[in-house]
Amino acid sequence: MILTLLKDGIDRRAGIFLGAIAGAALVVAILNLGLPASSPLHVPNHVVALLGKYLCYAVLALSLDLVWGYCGILSLGHAAFFALGGYAMGMYLMRQIGTRGVYAHPYLPDFMVFLNWKELPWFWYGFSSFPFAMAMVVLVPGLLAFGFGWLAFRSRVTGVYLSIITQALTYALLLAFFRNDMGLGGNNGLTDFKDILGYPVQAQGTRVALFVASAALLALSFVVARVLVGSTFGKILVAIRDAESRTRFLGYRVERYKLAVFTLSACMAGLAGALYVPQVGIINPSEFAPLNSLEVVVWVALGGRGTLTGAVVGALTVNYARTVITTGFLAPYWLFVLGFVFVLVTILLPKGIVGTLAQYRQAREARRSSKPNGGALPHPAE
Amino acid sequence: MQPSATHLTSAVLYLDGVSVSFDGFQALNELSLMLEPGEMRAIIGPNGAGKTTMMDVITGKTRPDDGTVMFAGNVDLTQLDEAQIAELGIGRKFQKPTVFESHTVGDNIRLALKDPREPWSALFGARNRIVSSRIDTVLETVRLVEQRERLAGDLSHGQKQWLEIGMLLAQDPKLLLVDEPVAGMTDAETETTAHLLKEIAKSHSVVVVEHDMTFIRALGVKVSCLHEGRVIAEGSIDDVSANPRVVEVYLGR
Repeated sequence: MILTLLKDGIDRRAGIFLGAIAGAALVVAILNLGLPASSPLHVPNHVVALLGKYLCYAVLALSLDLVWGYCGILSLGHAAFFALGGYAMGMYLMRQIGTRGVYAHPYLPDFMVFLNWKELPWFWYGFSSFPFAMAMVVLVPGLLAFGFGWLAFRSRVTGVYLSIITQALTYALLLAFFRNDMGLGGNNGLTDFKDILGYPVQAQGTRVALFVASAALLALSFVVARVLVGSTFGKILVAIRDAESRTRFLGYRVERYKLAVFTLSACMAGLAGALYVPQVGIINPSEFAPLNSLEVVVWVALGGRGTLTGAVVGALTVNYARTVITTGFLAPYWLFVLGFVFVLVTILLPKGIVGTLAQYRQAREARRSSKPNGGALPHPAE
Repeated sequence: MQPSATHLTSAVLYLDGVSVSFDGFQALNELSLMLEPGEMRAIIGPNGAGKTTMMDVITGKTRPDDGTVMFAGNVDLTQLDEAQIAELGIGRKFQKPTVFESHTVGDNIRLALKDPREPWSALFGARNRIVSSRIDTVLETVRLVEQRERLAGDLSHGQKQWLEIGMLLAQDPKLLLVDEPVAGMTDAETETTAHLLKEIAKSHSVVVVEHDMTFIRALGVKVSCLHEGRVIAEGSIDDVSANPRVVEVYLGR
């Protein structure tokens, strides 16, 4: 059953895409580990971490494309799920510090000692266990999305109103996590990590392992998303996006489909956040900033929404551009550049990079097989 | 209109004293209407007469303030939501053709076919393996077999209307509610649609809301005229259009 779904979902183009992810991950790992630092082809450690960060963003973009591109749910708070997954991982990493903190407290993290706390708050229990923390990485964003979606979709909140309340959700979380009383490090967040699963987070081998894990997560998320949108479930999502009331009057419970895909998407974003945190070395409330979620929308729009590969391409392109531009003379104007690019894309490439390429390809194929009314008509942009 | 108990059980659709108001506007005013099994009924009436609101009430989109809405003699539709009502076997075609434009014509029918509609079954269930003969049967009825692989968004206006009717048929409903099926159609298309609906009416109960009098005449069925949220005349098209009250509401005082 699952095999059939896999066979139907992963076509040749999706296979090429997966191969590219695997190949790139392998090449980077070899160029980092296998070559001496003096070699011109050597990939330095900080670049490995940077690339790993891009891959996590790509998973976040993919998760947004699933709800926005296929089901028409424009979430303007998706980075909140990413940040929650990140915090769950951050809590695990804090508990691994043990007595090596600045205050060398036997079990309390530094910020709690600083705040004069005597006991570990209850919600920190269990986070010293990796499997527990990993479960929370998926469950916390998933449950929040489930609860939020259950209320919003059942009340039939759609369109711009839904977008606004997702934005409010992430803003509310931003304010909450800024508070010291929240017990999650206040505005400094969680940082100064030492070990993950017993390996030092800063070590070269750990960095490569985290990078490879990010690539694997991206590949896995892509396969899950691809299979999902290729199935009848995915066709119903698109039906909801294009004609919600038609779908409802055909007897589908639209809210259940929305809830399922929204929750899945949040879990995906949470996993991405969890791999992001050890690679950047910090998680703080600014990850909840509404701007972050808006930026994810720009990545997906730029790459081409409703294409999956577009989300990945968009996330990688924009983040690479950010790295290049913010280290050059244009650095102070990065947000202007991003805004300008978004305006240009909206006007010139409304289907995004991948969507536009697909259009060209179809036009070419149609011309090549220009038999009048020949059976093979162009397929929609996948 | 005081129905007897036997009517209550035999009518496929039974509305009695249904009232709906929006912000003080009385969209339906103690509307009563009865449809026999297998009957096709045409509903006419000027704009704002309450035709679409009536459909909204029957399909669960709008809850009436007052009144009884019974399906198949014993199911109270006012207590159910859209999905439950659709599952009972009431299909609805919208005024503006509403199809899934980025799916193929065949997939539009596939999604409408009667099969489990839960997310889990959509992922793993029978709908992934629907045999194409089931889809073709429906497409033959609505004359779209040739268009099967085309995107629904590329169809002409008239073809979209037929596709939507096909989607209703795929649901295998007992009752079809069809809102303005020939609006914007050419004369030839209108004629084809009349044939199509007459064919469908052989095995289904149908309610058609329409403005086009030529089309209603072509259907040759009993007509109810709505005005200000209630039925003001009922009978053959000739009787209804000769009714002074109907003439008055259509032409104005």
